[in-house]
Amino acid sequence: MNEILNWMIYHSPALIVAVPLLGAFLTILIGKIGPRIRNVFVIIITAITSFLILLLANYVFTNGIKTYVFGGGSTSIESSYAIRILFEVDGMNAFIAIIAAILPIVAIIYSWAFMKEHTGLDKYYTLILLMTAGMLGMILTGDLFNFFVFLEITSIASAALIAFYLQKANSVQAAFKYIVISAIGALFLLFAIALFYGQYNALNMAVIANNISFTFIDRIALVVLIAALAMKAGIVPMHMWLPDAYGRAPASVTVVIIGTTLASLYGLFRVLFTIYGKYLFTVDSSQIALVLGVLIIVLAVVTIVIGVFMALKQNDFKRMIAFAAIAEIGYMFLAVGSALSTYTFEGGSATISASGQMALKGGVFHIFNDALDVGLLFLVAGAVYYAAKETSLNKLGGLARNMKYTTIFFLIGLAAVSGLPPMNGFASKLIIYQSTFQINPLLAIVAILCSILLLATFVKVFYSVFLGPKLPHFTGVKEVPKSMLLAMGIIACIIIFIGLFPNLFVENVVTPAANALQNATSYIGGVL
Amino acid sequence: MMAFYVPYVAVVALILIGLYAVVFKRNLIKIVIGITFIECGVNLFLITLGYRENSTAPIYTSSQGGIMSLPVPQALTLTSIVIGVAVLALMLSLVVHIYRHYKTLDAKKLIGGDEE
Repeated sequence: MNEILNWMIYHSPALIVAVPLLGAFLTILIGKIGPRIRNVFVIIITAITSFLILLLANYVFTNGIKTYVFGGGSTSIESSYAIRILFEVDGMNAFIAIIAAILPIVAIIYSWAFMKEHTGLDKYYTLILLMTAGMLGMILTGDLFNFFVFLEITSIASAALIAFYLQKANSVQAAFKYIVISAIGALFLLFAIALFYGQYNALNMAVIANNISFTFIDRIALVVLIAALAMKAGIVPMHMWLPDAYGRAPASVTVVIIGTTLASLYGLFRVLFTIYGKYLFTVDSSQIALVLGVLIIVLAVVTIVIGVFMALKQNDFKRMIAFAAIAEIGYMFLAVGSALSTYTFEGGSATISASGQMALKGGVFHIFNDALDVGLLFLVAGAVYYAAKETSLNKLGGLARNMKYTTIFFLIGLAAVSGLPPMNGFASKLIIYQSTFQINPLLAIVAILCSILLLATFVKVFYSVFLGPKLPHFTGVKEVPKSMLLAMGIIACIIIFIGLFPNLFVENVVTPAANALQNATSYIGGVL
Repeated sequence: MMAFYVPYVAVVALILIGLYAVVFKRNLIKIVIGITFIECGVNLFLITLGYRENSTAPIYTSSQGGIMSLPVPQALTLTSIVIGVAVLALMLSLVVHIYRHYKTLDAKKLIGGDEE
């Protein structure tokens, strides 16, 4: 038994991608037998994947970086030449992978009832599993070209799923917008990869990070990479695809798309802190760090403010949550930017001040919380749509009478996303407020103010959807089926658990991730 | 020597033409063509990076010595082309569906649609 477990841990990076990839194409075959067997099969595949992710994360948090070489053998040839494809997992990857372990399984449990009445479900599950495989590949890979390939797999699968309601013109349009943005973003990513390859003869992130010398071409590559990945992550000047894609896709799909957005955000962090990290932290580059930090802070503040104000004026339930999701991404960006702006260089090595460290921790922590909070809200919006066949806030009303549990889940999501105790959003946002206040009080003020506005928005939604007089055409509305309640319940439980014991989570999971992010040298050491 | 720079000029030109089409053209098919232009530019860039003068392909076991070109950029380009085809097919199929709904391919006229 122990031997099998060890074998599984050893091969887990490859298996985590291979299992859903294989499962995706087997789903079509198994779907021929019957829908029930297919559903069970899909849930088993995701459960195995999640189990493997947890095994791997546990291993990484206790033993440090794990490098997996495809085809076996050593990680590099002649000490500095790494031609083999490898997956490298440190605290940061493992942390993001945990998010990717939770979201698909919840989405699939939710789809049992939510998608039941639709046809073409074999393909639907295939695409969801493909998306999961691509997302996990993006998260775990240690090779830039590999990252590009998985990014494209995810984009293609998500674009096809956003257009799931083909009979609705708006979903097809949203899918087209999404695929155009993704294709351009991915091509520019490939262009930046080619710039690296032309200079350093390498595609491996660790090797590039080891050799990078911040030449003029590296600067161009950095700009292109930030633009391309920020576009995929939905940072404000490039956010226009996000509300459409999140709002028009089926709610269960949106939850997985949140995961892919966060995987792109992870890519951005990896580029900033690992690929350029060794140069930033060993050569005096206060100016670069300051420029980067201020740029990111400006982008973040704009993202938060625009996200929140656009959310205020939306009439559509799902679009409103989508804008709130944009604002939430701004918070992570804000934390990372303020951490970079506290960069100081002394005696041959650079450090980020204590408050900067804390900001980074808060930002990383918030990635996790955002995925859960926004995910829960989307599931609730989906449940409301399932029960009442309506997403316009002007037409909904008085649903709390008929949908008790959904109302409770919405309240939990509302409190978590606007940072109220005792939910997880409070824990991470408090860290962000505290640390940004020490760095620049203005930032903290903007952050708190926007959180309050977000709360106001959601209270308005709560009132117009769940409270108010009984509407005649909603008298027949019933509570949603059990599988949807179960999916929402799982997320709600995790939200409350983290909200009640944030220290447990911060110490064991978030701190290793934030430390791994700052420690580019050990990431390089994992390969060379 | 100047001849070596021609491909790079072509790369920049292709990417810029593609970007122009994506940003300024209103016809959806032309936007898709623009993306294909960018893709061609990036692929050409990868291939150009892998070019070495008078080199042999690294598939001969009894080569005459001399330089061998590294096959990695070619492999990357091939992968990128295959991915590009998949993206292109998906984009065009979405364009077909958009045309069925709106009876137009003009991006400016797609506002509205079927609000349920």
